[in-house]
Amino acid sequence: MEDPLARLAANRDRLNRRAEVLRLIRTFFFAEGFLEVTTPVLSPTLIPEEHIEPIACEGGFLLPSPELHMKGLLAAGYEKIFQIGPVFRRGERGRFHLPEFTLLEWYRAGADYEALIRDCEQLLAVVARKLFRSLRIPVGNAGIDLTPPWPRMRIRDAFQRVAGWDPIEQRSPDRFEEDFALRVIPALDPGRPTLLLEFPEYEASLARRKAEDPRVAERVELFAGGLELANGFTELVDPREQRFRFEQVNRSREKSGRKAFALPEMFLAWLPALKPCAGMALGVDRLVMLFSGADRIEDVIAWVP
Amino acid sequence: MYEAADLRKGLKIEIEGEPYTVVDFDFVKPGKGQALYKCKLKNLITGSQFDRTFRSVDRFVPANLEEQEMEFLYQEGEQYCFMNTSTYEQIHMDKEQVGQAKNYLLNNLTVNVLLFRDRPIAINLPIFVDLKVVQAEPGIKGDTASGASKPVTLETGYVIQVPLFVEEGEKLRLDTRTGQYVSRVK
Repeated sequence: MEDPLARLAANRDRLNRRAEVLRLIRTFFFAEGFLEVTTPVLSPTLIPEEHIEPIACEGGFLLPSPELHMKGLLAAGYEKIFQIGPVFRRGERGRFHLPEFTLLEWYRAGADYEALIRDCEQLLAVVARKLFRSLRIPVGNAGIDLTPPWPRMRIRDAFQRVAGWDPIEQRSPDRFEEDFALRVIPALDPGRPTLLLEFPEYEASLARRKAEDPRVAERVELFAGGLELANGFTELVDPREQRFRFEQVNRSREKSGRKAFALPEMFLAWLPALKPCAGMALGVDRLVMLFSGADRIEDVIAWVP
Repeated sequence: MYEAADLRKGLKIEIEGEPYTVVDFDFVKPGKGQALYKCKLKNLITGSQFDRTFRSVDRFVPANLEEQEMEFLYQEGEQYCFMNTSTYEQIHMDKEQVGQAKNYLLNNLTVNVLLFRDRPIAINLPIFVDLKVVQAEPGIKGDTASGASKPVTLETGYVIQVPLFVEEGEKLRLDTRTGQYVSRVK
């Protein structure tokens, strides 16, 4: 085992880069008029997710996302909020995963996911200009060009192109998730960020359905340099539909032998007060990986949990 | 039972009655999607490798593997006979199972035999084995540094490239991991 102090000393450049990225994120959101908030990490209730396992602690959970409490702030009338903090996901460990990592999450009241896409494009452009004085960043085999607007691809088209089927027409969560991870993501352009949008509703239990096609949800994911960087929604604010979707998540969990979660009644009770809004979560460690050319998440954090 | 979350390099599991070791491992999980465990597996009997992706619901039986110290007794045709050094029980392995180890099997050599459900499947040799040269062409005097080599035959029948100064009757130390000459043994 490597000496942790020697590792820290050798990793000074990457940790400096991490601090610069964090500072630039805050500068960006302050300039956009956002309020930085702090919500609980430890909570007795959480938002049910089919494939995110929380870490149980003190009769509650170390939260996998700050979404529940941030939406509470929106329901109370806060309009532009962001947060950078630790989140926890049990059993996730790999090149791009750790059970504890740092998430940036932000919400805009009165907006849809188009606003989030612009935020991502501008945020990465601000960071790139400050760090490299250029929108072409010198990482990967041939660099990555972050010049907005970024290429967009509908999930339906991405799947038809590399997996040969349409996940909107055919409801198949298992097949979707396997093809998404093993075929769609690896085929993305390494030289440009890509926005994948319009996910099947069965893969977006917190996103609003599109008015023109209720099988499609307004969910967007950002990929760059082979990394899944961010995920966002035009948020679902209808309490009845949200309850139904949570119940679907729980049914599906129980069907495959996993425990259902208690529904977050407090959260469902807030939803009627929630105006239309959009929110995005971005993996800060992976953003630092992108801007430092690191190929393992451990390389951009001081202590490996 | 192992869960998919236990998968890591070096883990030994049983699939369809055969023992495998995980030689390469990658955790893949889009944030909202299910975890996938990409593995490269090596069959411990045939040595063949293949890729397989598991899901979090998959469960595995640990491969029932055991190492036993045995002494090589003799070869008869394609059969190799070994004796368990603690029970004195004798077992036979065929040419396929013995594989490259045949080059080093000298009577009374002690090796570790890998057993899967009590059946021998492979031999783990000591890292260094000493063997005598039974046939060598005479070398050219004084030429010790040029890196030139010549073939010699060892007492097990193994033919190996050695430096020119090696002579018939000498004992050589071999590295069984690489199959190469290491040094002369006085």
